[in-house]
Amino acid sequence: MAELKKEDLLKAYRTMREIRDFEERVHKEFATGKIPGFVHLYAGEEAVATGVCSHLTDDDRITSTHRGHGHCIAKGVDIIGMMAEIFGKKTGSCCGKGGSMHIADLEKGMLGANGIVGAGGPLGCGAALAAKFKGKGGVAVVFFGDGASNQGTILESMNLANIWNLPVIFLAENNGYAESTGVKYNVPTPNIADRAAGFNMPGVTVDGNDFFAVYEAAGEAIKRAREGGGPTLLECKTNRFYGHFEGDAMTYKAPGEVKRQREECDCLKIFAAKATAAGLVTAAELEAIDKEVAALIDEAVEKALAAPNPTEADLLTDVYVSY
Amino acid sequence: MSRKISFKDAINEALSQEMERDGSVIVMGLDNAGGRGTEGQLDAWGGVLGVTKGLYGKYGDRVIDTPISESSYIGAAVGAAACGMRPVVEMMFSDFFGVCFDQMMNQAAKFRYMFGGKAVTPVTMRTCYGGGFRAAAQHSQVLYSVFAHIPGLKVVVPSTPYDAKGLLTQCIRDNDPVIFMEHKVLYAMKGEVPEESYTIPFGKANVVREGKDATIVAIGWMVHKALQAAQSLSKAGVECEVIDPRTVSPLDFDTIIKSVEKTGRLVIVDESNPRCSMASDISSVVAQNAFKALKGPIQMVTAPHTPSPFSGALEDLYLPSPAKIEAAVKATM
Ligand SMILES: Cc1ncc(C[n+]2csc(CCOP(=O)(O)OP(=O)(O)O)c2C)c(N)n1
Ligand SMILES: [Mg+2]
Repeated sequence: MAELKKEDLLKAYRTMREIRDFEERVHKEFATGKIPGFVHLYAGEEAVATGVCSHLTDDDRITSTHRGHGHCIAKGVDIIGMMAEIFGKKTGSCCGKGGSMHIADLEKGMLGANGIVGAGGPLGCGAALAAKFKGKGGVAVVFFGDGASNQGTILESMNLANIWNLPVIFLAENNGYAESTGVKYNVPTPNIADRAAGFNMPGVTVDGNDFFAVYEAAGEAIKRAREGGGPTLLECKTNRFYGHFEGDAMTYKAPGEVKRQREECDCLKIFAAKATAAGLVTAAELEAIDKEVAALIDEAVEKALAAPNPTEADLLTDVYVSY
Repeated sequence: MSRKISFKDAINEALSQEMERDGSVIVMGLDNAGGRGTEGQLDAWGGVLGVTKGLYGKYGDRVIDTPISESSYIGAAVGAAACGMRPVVEMMFSDFFGVCFDQMMNQAAKFRYMFGGKAVTPVTMRTCYGGGFRAAAQHSQVLYSVFAHIPGLKVVVPSTPYDAKGLLTQCIRDNDPVIFMEHKVLYAMKGEVPEESYTIPFGKANVVREGKDATIVAIGWMVHKALQAAQSLSKAGVECEVIDPRTVSPLDFDTIIKSVEKTGRLVIVDESNPRCSMASDISSVVAQNAFKALKGPIQMVTAPHTPSPFSGALEDLYLPSPAKIEAAVKATM
């Protein structure tokens, strides 16, 4: 905690609050039928994306998942454009062509949310390979879930990254579930990070609801990667507060499970308690951020609703660079 | 025959009846029961869209939930099929075949030929496909023409609850690897389905509507759009024959060619991208075999040569529609 300056802490809190409010608002808007398609919310997991991306610049790359809104916001993708994208509007980050599952901003080093589970592993290795050739200390972070940890692409990528000594961090977001199936059914080791031993790389498991734990562990792994020390498998144990996708009744969760998690494991509450107790920030400062973020999300939804749809002229463009 | 059930329930019933009938039938896929390894309910999902719901309660461990490892679990179904089981393995969305194509294309499809006719691989790969859900570029594709391209795979594309049950039962009893493609928009559609089990043979098209002026061949969801167009054209005095091939590999060219010889006009409605599609395939076979019967140019109504857009405003333009089909029929005149 000590190395974090007040402004860093307030920035981290703002990011987490932006993600939370964004997701809760998308949840509400989805229920009204205004948002089309499949939507997977990141609420509950904010400390992971934020703790990791706090160490990254626009020149560092991340690959994301179907649950990508949090990664986007933490990597600095414009919230107004994201919301418009989710509503399928022309002003969206991807002109309404991608939607929730495919938000990307290459300028920000965000290589895209992804509809294919495990697809980010190889892409992240490629980003790290490119960074290695450029020689400026850039790194890549591959976000993937406990379910994705069983995908061949992820395991092959861990091997590749190690034999090529790539500056990549494999960031396992273990929220306990792959859709409706518990991690205990799908993963034979107590921790996903245990698999690191098989690839001869460091494997670390931390409390993903604790921003400070994530921040510290990610900082070490990223520093090592920047200095040529190769990949790390970092597992963050966390919770998702909503269904696998919007519309999922979550009957596979124990009664009261989410309620308890919201009370006891809410990363925003944990952050606020720790940071104020240490005297690093005040409750008033956090409340001020809450207000600003709420206004920003309102603005994003208003703009998204008012924005035009893409038109027939957009249908056939963007397939190739040249025709 | 008056009982009406949904396309989804027809599939579930076929699975259940075949599991009951034959102990070597097993069901595998992501969350096909659901809730395993949790403190909540078991059989929580029955697959992402609930198609296999309830099978776990009836058949227990013969419903196998899989990790997200398509190469290994689809491949394991292929291997088990080669060793005496009859797996029905689910690929949640057909787009994900990209992850495990080798096990289908180089393994399942080729065993019989490579091994000189000695192998039998009775695996059924169920998958949902298609547009209309605003599910964007990686969850909306129509890939049956990719699969139909590969010798050794059979590819089944039902358009009604009745066909879904009969064709799936045939898939499970068939001794070759079959891909069974379920359009996600059709799951809720209801239709008459007999309670007892029955099969529909592969390679036999269904003439859904008879007509003398033009032939429309349509696949899956598109059959319903073609029927709408045919009804509307009928008011203008144009009678279309609508043919549903039901299986795209094998494909019943005879029925299509006979119809074109009668009508002299052909429109093919295929939701997939146009290049190397079923539409271009059927078009070429008809041009080769019934050229003299044609009174006008063959027309294809397909998606454009682009990935599926997310925005509803774009997806509506992207998909074939009754209006586009009507225009295509007029263009053959
Ligand atoms: C290749 C592939 N297989 C299956 C799916 C369907 N699917 C989407 S998300 C998901 C579960 C992912 O679980 P996990 O990796 O733990 O991520 P979480 O949803 O918990 O964030 C599945 C099976 C997919 N999108 N891609
Ligand atoms: Mg998970």
